[in-house]
Parts: sequence; structure tokens; C-alpha cells
Amino acid sequence: MLKIKNLCVEAEGKKILRGVNLSVKAGEVHSIMGPNGSGKTTLAQVLAGRDSYQITAGEVIYQGQDLLEMAPEDRARKGVFLAFQYPVEIPGVSNTYFLRAALNAVRKDRGEEEVSAFDFLGQVREKLALLEMDESLISRPVNVGFSGGEKKRNEVFQMAVLEPHLAILDETDSGLDIDALKIVAEGVNKLRSENRAFIVVTHYQRLLSYIVPDYVHVLSEGRIVRTGDSSLALELEEKGYSWLAAPKPESVATGEAG
Amino acid sequence: MVSKSLAHYSASFACLQNPKEPQWLQAIRNEAMEQFSKLGFPTSRQEEWKYTKVDFTRKLAFDHAPSQLNGVTADQLNQVTFGNFQCPRLVFVNGHYSETLSSLQDLPPQVQVRSLAEALRENPEQIKPHLARHAGYQDHAFVALNTAFIQDGAFVHIPEGARIEEPIHLLFVSTSLDKVTACHPRNLIVVDENSQATILESYVGLDQQPYFTNLVTEVVMGKNANLDHYKLKRESDQAFHVGTLQIHQDRSSHLRTFDVTLGGALTRNEVNARLDGEGAECALDGLYLVSGGQHVDNHTRLEHAKPHCASREVYRGILDDRATGVFHGRIVVQPDAQKTDSKQTNNNLLLSDDATINTKPQLEIYADDVKCTHGATVGQLDENALFYLRSRGIDATTARSLLIYAFASQVTEEIRVESVRSQVDDHLFGWLPQGRLIREAI
Repeated sequence: MLKIKNLCVEAEGKKILRGVNLSVKAGEVHSIMGPNGSGKTTLAQVLAGRDSYQITAGEVIYQGQDLLEMAPEDRARKGVFLAFQYPVEIPGVSNTYFLRAALNAVRKDRGEEEVSAFDFLGQVREKLALLEMDESLISRPVNVGFSGGEKKRNEVFQMAVLEPHLAILDETDSGLDIDALKIVAEGVNKLRSENRAFIVVTHYQRLLSYIVPDYVHVLSEGRIVRTGDSSLALELEEKGYSWLAAPKPESVATGEAG
Repeated sequence: MVSKSLAHYSASFACLQNPKEPQWLQAIRNEAMEQFSKLGFPTSRQEEWKYTKVDFTRKLAFDHAPSQLNGVTADQLNQVTFGNFQCPRLVFVNGHYSETLSSLQDLPPQVQVRSLAEALRENPEQIKPHLARHAGYQDHAFVALNTAFIQDGAFVHIPEGARIEEPIHLLFVSTSLDKVTACHPRNLIVVDENSQATILESYVGLDQQPYFTNLVTEVVMGKNANLDHYKLKRESDQAFHVGTLQIHQDRSSHLRTFDVTLGGALTRNEVNARLDGEGAECALDGLYLVSGGQHVDNHTRLEHAKPHCASREVYRGILDDRATGVFHGRIVVQPDAQKTDSKQTNNNLLLSDDATINTKPQLEIYADDVKCTHGATVGQLDENALFYLRSRGIDATTARSLLIYAFASQVTEEIRVESVRSQVDDHLFGWLPQGRLIREAI
């Protein structure tokens, strides 16, 4: 579904990603772990199409297409979804409007009929229940006045409504208490399917106790320095990142999985 | 040049002598004309006019607009009177009252909504205590000019205890004449003790031709009076609009005003409120939406003269292309006005690199136990928000329009008259790329 080859990315002249290789197949869950500043969020944002980064080398092929050539909205319509680490507040735009516009943009691209306001509400109710979100939240402006936990739940709720092929979760666990974490993880798990892949970016292992990944990759200083199964996350939890901090070049940095 | 343009107004002024006019008014008009001749039109050397050049006053010789309907029909007005929304309305064409276009059914008998000229003819004594007592013409050339030319406008009197739910619409339309003309509407709104009303003033250009609207509205509020006031400007692209809204508030009165500038080549709005009784409250809101080479200038002055008054002010502006804007918000707290609570905000959204805004919040505080805050922002569309919307599949154009709409709606949500709100929204949707889509979705 997704093949990242030697991706190199800079921001304001600073090298952030220094040759990332990653291959993700439908049905798989990959976790990207790593210390702060290792480039996790950059990778997530670049995949979603943020244009404030310069891509200096490499390519990303998504479902046979050059992902980096596509506008963010086209990526979304083709099934790429990013759950933001810091969801943006948009005063004056209601969640309902926002989400229905998003859903209809995706449906239109797939050649499906647009959903009316009435049908839309019926459809989202079920997804709201999945994330134990109060119905009043969707009539409020996007993320405005939401607690940290509500914002994160709102991201996963959007994901549930849009049903992407490739879902990227960027530190969805940060700012969540344990109960909210369980709810969000449960929501994600319900969305796991053969046709859907996940990239779960996280700093801590705890989310991965609930969303058990098929692969864990460790990103350090812009490279994937280690790849393993879910037990690698536990090892990291125990030892911290410091034992990986100085990446040995090439020998461990294959990053290829699956 | 200057003296030539002043001479032009003097000549027009001389033609307006009316032997039936009350003597006190004639005296005021003469004095105002004298004052105007002394002041002349302002130049950008004057601080209050630094960013707003009124060269048009020197370049164009405006004649006093003649009294004629000029073919304006009720049908034409339907577009600007909210379709089926049948509220009482006074209509003025090029500054002159039109009885045939006005409709005043269903108002309680003691409530007066009529032409000022008529009220001056029939009962000048009720006008005398208020007219020209609040809007100072000693130091303001445009107010002086308007005062010198007081002929007509709206007179609204809501007597003690009356509560009028329906908005009262004062509609001023300008049509093209065979010469460039000026009109000087003069409105007086008196809202007595414990009364309540909603008034909408709108200024609309029906044709594309230069004209000059120079208006003054005085609002006098009694104790516990409650007034919602809207001023909606959709002047034509070549029009010049200079207006002063002067408000005097007595104890525990509540005022809300909302000013919307959508059209006009040059617009200067002044809103000045004097909170002159304990417990008075006022909210001044405004929205300006300009593009092309339009210029809009909002000057507000909130004067807290007595203790325990509260004021809140939010002006938002959207400027595109080469449009220029000015916001100058002054809050004055007099020594007596302890426990004043005042908050002022001005937010601007610049959609183009060539658009500019000069914003200047200003506090003058002479009391020591007060709470006053002010703040201004100038910015572009939030890139994070744009990316967020696009990352959900919403195309870039729609995402931009949506954010612009959202920016405006944070102040337009203060508009409590649904038909006014929808008229402003209509304009916004027409203005924004993909606006129609957004409207359908919202």
C-alpha cells in the first residue's frame, strides 16, 4: 500500500529525515517510536502533504501513485488520513459541517453519492457512540473549547467517519488519561481490517499495549535505526531510547519491514 | 482649490433658506456653516485623518441632490428590504423622504417613525432638546457640513415604556442623477426611559456612479432604555460615505450597535458613545469587507463619563486586493468613571500582500479603579487550519473561503435580527469563491 524509499526532508535548512525506508501493506499496523525531535511528526505531516517541508530526496509510492506529487486534499480523497498531534481549532466552523464536507469530498472522489445532512447525522451517531463522545460535540466549532482528550477523540471519530485506507496517528496518546486512551484504542481496533493499514506514531509504549502493532520501528535522528515486533516496544520502555541514540550506520538501519 | 470647493457648498447652502424653518434651527445651521467654512475639509496632516484622504471633496463638485424619486420603485427596493420581511420602513431617495415608498403599518400610535422635516414642521419643540446637541460640529468638518445642511432624515421616537419587537428600517437609497450629488441625511433617534427598540439604518447605492453621502445620526437613550442599532452599508463602488453615529446613554441603558461596511469607494464611519449614567452598557461591533481599491475607516470613541459602566467592542475586517483600512478605537475614562469595565478588540484578515490596515487602539484613562483592555491583530489565513481542512479532503479554495467565512461569522453571530444576519451572509457568500457551496452546506 505504501512504500517510502530513502525519504530525506528538511525544514528551514535543517535536515530532519535522513533517508527513511518503510513499507506498509494493507492490514498491517506499524508503530513508529522514537525520542523527541527524531522526526516522527515530520514523517507523519509529510505523508499527509504539509508543504512547509522541503523534500530533498526519495520517493513515496501510495497505491501505485506518487504520493508526494498529490495535493493534501487529493491524498485525503484517496484514503490517507492523519490524526493530528495537535488538532487545530477552527472557530466559526461547526464539526458537523466540516466533517460532512470532508466525507462528501471523499465520496465524490470515489464516485459515490453525497450524503445529505439528515443521513449524515444518522451515520455519525454510531461512530460517536464508538468513541463515547457526546452528540453535542459535533454541533460545536471544530475543536474549539475541547479538552485535550476530546480533541484526540475527535480525530479518531473523524477517522471512523472517513474510513481511510491508510491511517496515520500522530501521538494520539499524548494528553489522554488512561480511560480515554482505552476508548481511543478500542475505536482504532474496531477499524482494523484487511484493507486498512495504520502507522501509529508514539513516544511511549503504553498505547501499544492496547493497539498491538505488527511492526515497531525506531526512528532516531531522521533514520529508522531498528525494526522489530511489538516486543521491541517493551524493550524500549524498559531501557529508554538512549541505548539507540547513536545509530550505527547502515548495518541496523534497514527499516524494511514486511 | 480648497476655497473653491467650500464656495460651492456655500452656494448650495444659500439656496436652502426656508422662511418657515424654526429660528433656533436656522441659528444652528448658520453657525455650523460658519464653522465648516473655518474648518474646511480635513487633510492628512490632521491626526484623525492621517490615513484617510478625502481628496474627493476637493476634486468633485457635489451638488445638493434634488428632491425627486428618480424612477425608484417599490420593486427595486424589495432586493434591499429583505424580500418578504415586512417591517415598518422609512425610505429616502437621495436624501429626500419618499412617502410612497415608505410603509408604516402596525406601529403603536404613540411611537413616531417619520421624516425629520415633517416632524420639524409639525412639532419642532420635541426635536429642539436633542437635535445637534450631541454630535459636535465645532471641531468636525463633516458633522458641521451635515448640520449646516439639515433638511431631512429619519425621526424615531420610542416613548417611555414602549417595547417594539419588530425592527424599524431606515433605508437610504442613492440613484444616479445627471450630476454628481451630495446628500446629508440627518437622523434623530430618541429612546425614552424603559423602552426598547431595534433600528436598522441601511445605505444602498442602486446605480454605479459617484455620489457623496454625509450623514449624522444622533441617538438619545433614557434610563433603562434598550436599543439594538444596525447600520448596513452597501453603497455603490464609486460612492463616498462619511457618517457619524453619536450616542448619548443615560443610567442603566443598554445599547448594541453593529456596523457593516460592504460597498463604497471610500467609507469613514464614526461611532461615538457617551456612557453618561451609572450602569449604562454598550456593545459596539462591526465588520468590514473590502476589496479592489476600496478604503474603509472605522473610528470609534467610547467615553465612560460615569461609574459602573461597561463597554465591549469587537470590529473585524477582511481586506483583499489593494484595499486599505483604518481602525482607530479610542476609550476615554473620565475621572469620575470608577469601576469602568471596557474591552476592545480589532481583528484583521489580509487576503493579499497589497492590502493594508492601520489599526490603533487607544486608551485614555483618568480614573484609577478601572478594568480596560484592548488588542488588535493583523494576520493572514492560518496555515495550520488550512492544512487541517485540506488534509480531510476539502479543496484549497473551499478551505480558504470557509476560514474567511468563519472569521467573519465570529462577529456576525452578534447580529440578532435574522434577516440582517442573512443579508450579510448573502453578501459574504457572493463574495467568496465557492461561497455558494459553503452556504448550501452550512
